[in-house]
Amino acid sequence: MKKLINDPRSVVDESVEGFGMAHADLVDVRTDPIFVLRKGAPVAGKVALVSGGGSGHEPLHAGFVGHGMLDAAVPGAVFTSPTPDQIIPATAAVDSGSGVIHIVKNYTGDVLNFETAAEMAQAEGISVRSVLVNDDVAVEDSLYTAGRRGVGGTVLVEKIAGAAAERGDSLEAVAGVAEGVVRNVRTMGVALSGCTVPHAGVPSFELAEDEIEIGIGIHGEPGRHRIAMEGADAITSRLLDPVLEDLGIKAGEEVLLFVNGMGGTPLSELYIVYRRAAQILGERGARVARSLVGNYVTSLEMQGCSISVLRLDDELTALWDAPVHTPALRWGM
Amino acid sequence: MGLGVEWAVQWLTLSARRMSEHREELIALDRAIGDSDHGENMDRGFQAVMEKLAQTPPETPGAALKLAAMALMSKVGGAAGPLYGTAYLRAATALGESADIDAAALAAALTAARDGIVARGKAELGDKTMVDAWSPAVEAADEVLVAGGDALAVLAAAAEAAEVGAVTTDPLVARKGRASYLGERSAGHRDPGAVSTALLLRAAATAAGFPEESAE
Repeated sequence: MKKLINDPRSVVDESVEGFGMAHADLVDVRTDPIFVLRKGAPVAGKVALVSGGGSGHEPLHAGFVGHGMLDAAVPGAVFTSPTPDQIIPATAAVDSGSGVIHIVKNYTGDVLNFETAAEMAQAEGISVRSVLVNDDVAVEDSLYTAGRRGVGGTVLVEKIAGAAAERGDSLEAVAGVAEGVVRNVRTMGVALSGCTVPHAGVPSFELAEDEIEIGIGIHGEPGRHRIAMEGADAITSRLLDPVLEDLGIKAGEEVLLFVNGMGGTPLSELYIVYRRAAQILGERGARVARSLVGNYVTSLEMQGCSISVLRLDDELTALWDAPVHTPALRWGM
Repeated sequence: MGLGVEWAVQWLTLSARRMSEHREELIALDRAIGDSDHGENMDRGFQAVMEKLAQTPPETPGAALKLAAMALMSKVGGAAGPLYGTAYLRAATALGESADIDAAALAAALTAARDGIVARGKAELGDKTMVDAWSPAVEAADEVLVAGGDALAVLAAAAEAAEVGAVTTDPLVARKGRASYLGERSAGHRDPGAVSTALLLRAAATAAGFPEESAE
């Protein structure tokens, strides 16, 4: 294992400390327990958005704290959900009295810890509404699994719900917008390599030179099946076809196409995937009205990508276009 | 004579030692079907339990388990934090303020712990989770209780049944937790949560004076 770290046990603390120093104009970092706040939080009269999850997915979630997106991000240990003793004070710190939305990726640990924290925050008099993101079509049978995972689509939920909160929507209205995004976004990912959790020291899984793993999640866990390496166009079809089928995208519809890197794949390759994905959507008569390409929901240094498609309407498009200013996403201001 | 607060403190102390000793093994098991963090998280959680024990020494077994529950819930993370936290909290509630725990109280506490895990995690027997160690442990404890066994015998039976239960997860296909995403590929691996459960229940028996396994 070769990593730019000092001690596996201090990876999250030191990384978040550096993040806070680099983006001191946008965020405040609290330590013991550790969480990241939007500068100036709580914002008077605004519904607050809190998200969190295991570290190792950067820029998710702390990179999306700022105007028009999250009010707080709660990082856990690498690939481990944060704990209620972090989530509760983060929730309290951003609540202006208008209520707090927890955006939770559907992983057992995240769900259990946010559930516990929401109960306890509510007992302290804070209105908390939880929104579960479960956009991963790779998990096929939810009766025999922990259910579909929350993956790349989380960024789109955080951006669009953040814009709704920023324009002054109520707690229920912001939750409704977030759930609308969840209903209309689907994602599927591929890994070309595993990744190494610092405290484990060895890769989470090994792939041979000619193998890829289809349907990976974002916690270094393997996916549904392993196949022989193919060209980018063929892999793009494998990811995008089930996404479009699950969403039921029809000719004439407008979509947002999001090609997300897992951390170890160069942007140039992500654009090769984007190119084919946009062609496929065009062949089906759908119009790619908005796009996002880059490393936004990563799995440490894993090579690979995920493709997300969000079905747009005028409301979602307007909220997507609304100004945002965070360390990892910025436009319009 | 039942078990007092010295037993509970000894149990937690021994649990911390076992989690540290088996940290790498639990990480390796979790790497196969999960995300490589179970050993790290349990070790960190029980270190927090030890710190809290040193700060505020508990006066009853129930108080010791409640203190452990709060530390685990706030320091472990992942699914194991809330699940073990709930288990210890329910067990603490079942034990109440009693200073002296007999076989019946112990069996009731084990049942409460198991029920808490099932209520939070929604897993059933055979889902390849820690429930596959907890449920046989509860059944074995109840059998020993009915047969007239003492607290030590209840703990010894629970520990052994949990160890057997952990082994039975080997061929199972996971239906809950992160391993469930693997589907059929989760078969052939032991569930790390069931293994940590067996280690913790074995520590409970050892703390009560049951002779340690020679394989230690």
